[in-house]
Amino acid sequence: MNRYPLWKNLLIGLVLVLGLLYTLPNFFGEVPAVQVSAARSTTKVDSNIERQVLAALSAASIEPTGLIRDPAGLRVRLANEDIQLKARDVIEHALNPDAQNPGFVVALNLLSASPQWLTSMGALPMYLGLDLRGGVHFLLQVDMKGAVTKQLDATAGDLRSLLREKNLRHGGINREGETLVVRLRSEDDRKKASGYIRDARGTDFQLVERTDGSEFLIIGSLTEKGRRTIQEDAIKQNMVTLHNRVNELGVAEPVIQQQGADRIVVQLPGVQDVAKAKDLIGRTATLQVRLVAEDANPMSPPAGTDVFPETRGTESYPVVVKKQVVLTGDRFVGAQASFDSQNQQPVVSVRLDAAGGRVMRDTTRENLKKRMAIILFEKGKGEAISVATIQGEFGNQFQISGAFSTEESNRLSILIRSGSLAAPMDIIEERTIGPSLGAENIKKGFESTLWGFVAIAVFMCVYYMLFGLISTLALGANVLLLIALLSLFQATLTLPGIAAIALTLGMAIDANVLINERIREELRNGASPQAAISAGYEHAFDTILDSNVTTLIAGIALLAFGSGPVKGFAVVHCLGILTSMFSAVMVSRMITNFVYGSRRKLEKLAIGQVWRATAE
Amino acid sequence: MELFRIKNDLPFMRHALVFNAISLITFVLAVFFIFHRGLHLSVEFTGGTVMEVTYAEAPQLDPLRNALTAAGYTDTQVQTFGSSRDIMVRVPNRAAENSSKVSDKVMATLAAVPGPKGELRRVEFVGPQVGEELATDGAMALLMVVLGIVIYLAFRFEWRFAVSAIIANLHDVIIIVGFFAFFQWEFSLPVLAAVLAVLGYSVNESVVVFDRVRETFRNSRMRGLTVPQVLDHAITSTISRTIITHACTLMMALSMFFFGGPTLHFFALALAIGICFGIYSSVLVAAPLVMWLGVSREQFIKAKVEKEEAVV
Repeated sequence: MNRYPLWKNLLIGLVLVLGLLYTLPNFFGEVPAVQVSAARSTTKVDSNIERQVLAALSAASIEPTGLIRDPAGLRVRLANEDIQLKARDVIEHALNPDAQNPGFVVALNLLSASPQWLTSMGALPMYLGLDLRGGVHFLLQVDMKGAVTKQLDATAGDLRSLLREKNLRHGGINREGETLVVRLRSEDDRKKASGYIRDARGTDFQLVERTDGSEFLIIGSLTEKGRRTIQEDAIKQNMVTLHNRVNELGVAEPVIQQQGADRIVVQLPGVQDVAKAKDLIGRTATLQVRLVAEDANPMSPPAGTDVFPETRGTESYPVVVKKQVVLTGDRFVGAQASFDSQNQQPVVSVRLDAAGGRVMRDTTRENLKKRMAIILFEKGKGEAISVATIQGEFGNQFQISGAFSTEESNRLSILIRSGSLAAPMDIIEERTIGPSLGAENIKKGFESTLWGFVAIAVFMCVYYMLFGLISTLALGANVLLLIALLSLFQATLTLPGIAAIALTLGMAIDANVLINERIREELRNGASPQAAISAGYEHAFDTILDSNVTTLIAGIALLAFGSGPVKGFAVVHCLGILTSMFSAVMVSRMITNFVYGSRRKLEKLAIGQVWRATAE
Repeated sequence: MELFRIKNDLPFMRHALVFNAISLITFVLAVFFIFHRGLHLSVEFTGGTVMEVTYAEAPQLDPLRNALTAAGYTDTQVQTFGSSRDIMVRVPNRAAENSSKVSDKVMATLAAVPGPKGELRRVEFVGPQVGEELATDGAMALLMVVLGIVIYLAFRFEWRFAVSAIIANLHDVIIIVGFFAFFQWEFSLPVLAAVLAVLGYSVNESVVVFDRVRETFRNSRMRGLTVPQVLDHAITSTISRTIITHACTLMMALSMFFFGGPTLHFFALALAIGICFGIYSSVLVAAPLVMWLGVSREQFIKAKVEKEEAVV
């Protein structure tokens, strides 16, 4: 007798039903939707916003077909693409009255069309990778050396204002390589200065004292801890900046993640305007504010100054600025193009953080009527994007005015906003996949899996008859479970992932071939049909286990060391090996038991012809 | 239907020397081609930019090439890809230029050429830093696969089996790579994944045979057989399963080859070659190796006795 105990049948049944449930959402397809999420940390998508969105939609007589609120924001399901576009404009208009300074990101998105009860039990369609749905992927490398020197430049500025505050005269504070050198006039001053600096900088800075002729020097360098803090902060700051930039693009589900110690991955699925995305993400600029060295000759700049070009209209003029950095871009909180309240001239309103505001107040107080330059560094080359005269003492809010056109003030505000990177970044990897190619990849991946499956099914049924059919059903269960697992874990499915599904199916049939061959062999050796089934499954299991473990070892190694397409392949491959063990052994055995298990007088198995050497 | 009607065990081991000689020759040839011709590595390893551009009607390639050369992209390849309406442009990385901007400039250059206008389908840019890492990671993955399998097999069977299985299947890997070198097919990351997956898959082939070897050694009715006879028996009784399984997997690989489009083309090809050589090597290379390494019945009988003592 070949029967599974009831609990085993029920368990297998339950697994299959769950598999079916979690696979279901993949069949419903997607409907257009509009997604609203917060663009700034100060704004929040709450029930108030929900009411506002609904009011705006009903005012425009648009009927949403569904509304979902989750931590990511608010999603409004809509009937078709035309309504989607209209709804986007309506919501955008309602939530962001000031287009210059949007509080919310309103983006087009696709939502699963599966019924609510499926979604509420966490059954979502598989998460498709960029190569299947189209979009852009960037890998950015953060220049950590740049982050450190930039931070040291900023520290030099901080120390200058610190010593000024304490009324301690010094002979200059400069960055030399990765150290800061503070020059003082006496032993006594040096002692005081070291004390102040120690108090202010804590443990991330170590000081060495040296006397160089008449100069008393303090040489400050970063400790390991300080360096690490700077690098971690740099990555965080850059990710925040990237978030802000991506928000300007209005992408529904952007991915911005740290990878390793110094890399950031940015993925923008479904982005239409790739060139704009790349331009915005890849803008690797950093900003510095420096004082202009008045009366200096740009042809022979004096020591302690740099010369940068300033573009006005179509012409370029050299500007001589001091080497000392007043402020760096990460002190900028925001910049907006607006109009002066008095003369209605286009201006750029800038906001700084508290520390930046303090420095700015000191600097402007001491340098009234002198000129200040904002310098943009891109790819190691500096350009003065604004040179303006200081009209009064100001703190963390000020306006940059000049003979701007509206266009120029817009450009400048964008440059300042996006220039607040803590460290320069380089795009070191880019993948762009057009939406049509994505759809084609899905189709091709699906077709190749389907035809491979059909070929295997036909062959198995012809060769092993009923047992071939059972094997095919088990293989079908394998696909079902694999897709269910991928949907449940929301693992990213890529084209190599689909290839892995196909390959896993091709390999999974091995287990059934092993079992069927074993059963035939037992029959050939004269076992009764029932005994042959039971012995066949039993003997084959050891072999199936061994062979799957070796394949799994390869899969796990790929998972551990693979990146990009290899990882996508390995995830599916490993999951597939696990599901195939279950379906090939348990599911097929259950079906076999249902068919043959309860027959007492079983003469013959429909496993195809069993050829016996003796029969000839 | 039963394809394999084998009355007596086939005398594979009698020809062991021949099989090993064939392996050695293919192996040496593969190594020769790998070093002589080198691999046509994809942009993922070398760094650079690859672009796929599709046109409404087939473009003339020469004007496109000339335009790119005139724009300073002298070492650029332009070729059709899939159909005559799709072209692929490859630009290697250069130190001086901001390479992440290359695709924009190339598109602008292509758009300036009179004739049909292209639509950008795919861009892949890999900076010089990444390629090297991918190569190291690939090598690490291969090493881990090899170590993992050797340890598992040594633990489950015996070190002789582990060593011969891994030698036999590494020789597959070299032969697949040799094919890619000989035909100058593009060796990309998915191909690497395919090669490693095939390694795991072929080893499981050897495992099936070894399982039978162990079973036969332990079977008291088969005590009279010599070591080569045991191996012959094991191979013969699993040959039908071997061929059927591989035929099924091969059907899948071929299905990907024919329906999967250009992206899966070489991936499927690597799988197909790997599967064909997998049968050969895991059966006809691994088994003789086990024999040369001196496998004997006592190694399995003794192990069993020790186990029983341990239980008591």
